[in-house]
Amino acid sequence: MIPETLKTSLEARVASAITPREAAVDVMKELQTHYGWLTDEAVGEAAVLLGLSPLQVEELATFYEMIYRRPVGKKVIHVCDSISCWCADCDTIIQYLKDKLGVGLGGTTADGVFTLIPCCCMGMCGDSPAMSVGGVPYGKLTPELVDKILEAERNNG
Amino acid sequence: MELPLFRHNRPDRVVTFDEYREEGGFEALKKAFSGMSPDDVQQTVMDSGLRGRGGAGFATGRKWSFVPRDLPGPRWLICNCDEMEPGTYKDRVLLEHNPYSLIEGMTLACYALGVRHAFIFIRKGYEQAAANLARGIEEAKKAGLLGEHILGSEHAIELDLHLSAGRYICGEETALINALEGKRPNPRSKPPFPAVKGLWQGPTVVNNVETLANVPAIIANGAAWFKGLALNPEGAGSKLFCVSGSVKNRACVELPIGTTLGDIIDGACGGMRDGKKFKACIPGGASTQFLKPEHWTLPMDYDTVAKAGSRLGSGGVIVFDEGHCLVEATLNLINFFARESCGWCTPCREGLPYVKEILTRIENGRGEEDDITILREHVKYLNYTFCALAPGAMAPLDGLLRDFEDEVREHIVKKRCPLK
Ligand code: SF4
Ligand code: FES
Repeated sequence: MIPETLKTSLEARVASAITPREAAVDVMKELQTHYGWLTDEAVGEAAVLLGLSPLQVEELATFYEMIYRRPVGKKVIHVCDSISCWCADCDTIIQYLKDKLGVGLGGTTADGVFTLIPCCCMGMCGDSPAMSVGGVPYGKLTPELVDKILEAERNNG
Repeated sequence: MELPLFRHNRPDRVVTFDEYREEGGFEALKKAFSGMSPDDVQQTVMDSGLRGRGGAGFATGRKWSFVPRDLPGPRWLICNCDEMEPGTYKDRVLLEHNPYSLIEGMTLACYALGVRHAFIFIRKGYEQAAANLARGIEEAKKAGLLGEHILGSEHAIELDLHLSAGRYICGEETALINALEGKRPNPRSKPPFPAVKGLWQGPTVVNNVETLANVPAIIANGAAWFKGLALNPEGAGSKLFCVSGSVKNRACVELPIGTTLGDIIDGACGGMRDGKKFKACIPGGASTQFLKPEHWTLPMDYDTVAKAGSRLGSGGVIVFDEGHCLVEATLNLINFFARESCGWCTPCREGLPYVKEILTRIENGRGEEDDITILREHVKYLNYTFCALAPGAMAPLDGLLRDFEDEVREHIVKKRCPLK
């Protein structure tokens, strides 16, 4: 069950939309922030708020890259493997991340802090190779820089 | 000559509202509201020769003119900021430095099109750009340049941000419309075209960020001025080229349309990285064909690049050097498209993973001569899909087989990647 305050603010968002389902992505994102991922319960709640069936919400949720229908760590690492990052040897960075975190792609670290997911171009091609951690973008990655970022991200919440 | 898009940029921060206004910002809006009819604005954009900067390069004024004038009910403008084409990062750079040209450009477009409510569809990951826009919209409203009674007139224009959750296909205009409506973002069949039946079945124009950001300068300085910015008579205006790959300075630069490929790489980007030799580049994002050393002096404008067998596309120039295996590069591009296929139609959903499998085999030294024929067939048949994603995916593969067939064959004959 989501708290009343969150429910009220989501209801307001839906009410301000031109049609209720226009707010679908916002609602899913907010619920995901609350639960950490889009749980089955959250899908049900989104459906009620948006006046859709749970299946219709599912159809949307599974489409988007940034909506997680499985549990993820506290911070998701999206590491870019598209062409400009490939030119900048992202393969080395991805391998380094796997070794360092002790997980494969899609995996979550044992302490539940990080989930590692490859992603398509994030518009950081000029600063490739690039990744984002919990939504914060980082570019010009080297193994040393990756170490620093992971440590800082692990320590700040 | 002063180019319009990066004119207000500060080296390391976003320009402020006051700075933008002091440098002539919102003068175009005043000019339009005080003496130009919506038709005048539309005609000026038409005469300027501005072409859509999102990739397709369609004439902007013509696109606007497809909106029927007499249909009742609301009509819509959407700014497409769902930039997810690998190698393309111009919208991000533009908005992180200056959100106001887009805001002013959208207001002018709304005026020209009779739109009261417009959206900026912005991808996940562009949070800084979205924050800049949200602040800019508030400032413009407070200054009476947006919202009700713009500049004391009877005109009211609303600008809303729609933050997406990340998916390449949302950049396709009909998929984007579905996404904005909160539906699953598969492309819609055309016709009806969005200009007639788009968002919530109303007439809709979808334009790219860079396209709309050009509009204020066009209105302020006139169509002839804009045309004159280009280095060759085929072109009009400036273009943001975002260069990545094997160049010394990877940067997003604003240059006159018609600047040659060599001048972009050697001039604006300081030449090739580590003294490497230029092997090829993709000039306009992931869905364009390779250009080769013989194209070094090619003027980069829509028609000339098309004549050379590629596309100017989004202006995302990805540069490869002699050490890059182009089979692997193409495999990387196909992997992207296979992952981002929306899955709606079978040729794309099944065909792209199959192409990926074959290219992987070739790259790993397990390719067979037949594979080249099979790949060629895919280039041919994946042109018949529901939307342009699969044909776009086939462009670099087509280029690979056309220009670098020897390199592909070498993989097959030697049973390994010759560059590894
Ligand atoms: S071509 Fe691909 S992306 Fe386009 S509709 Fe078909 S499956 Fe979807
Ligand atoms: S290709 Fe990696 S950020 Fe664009």
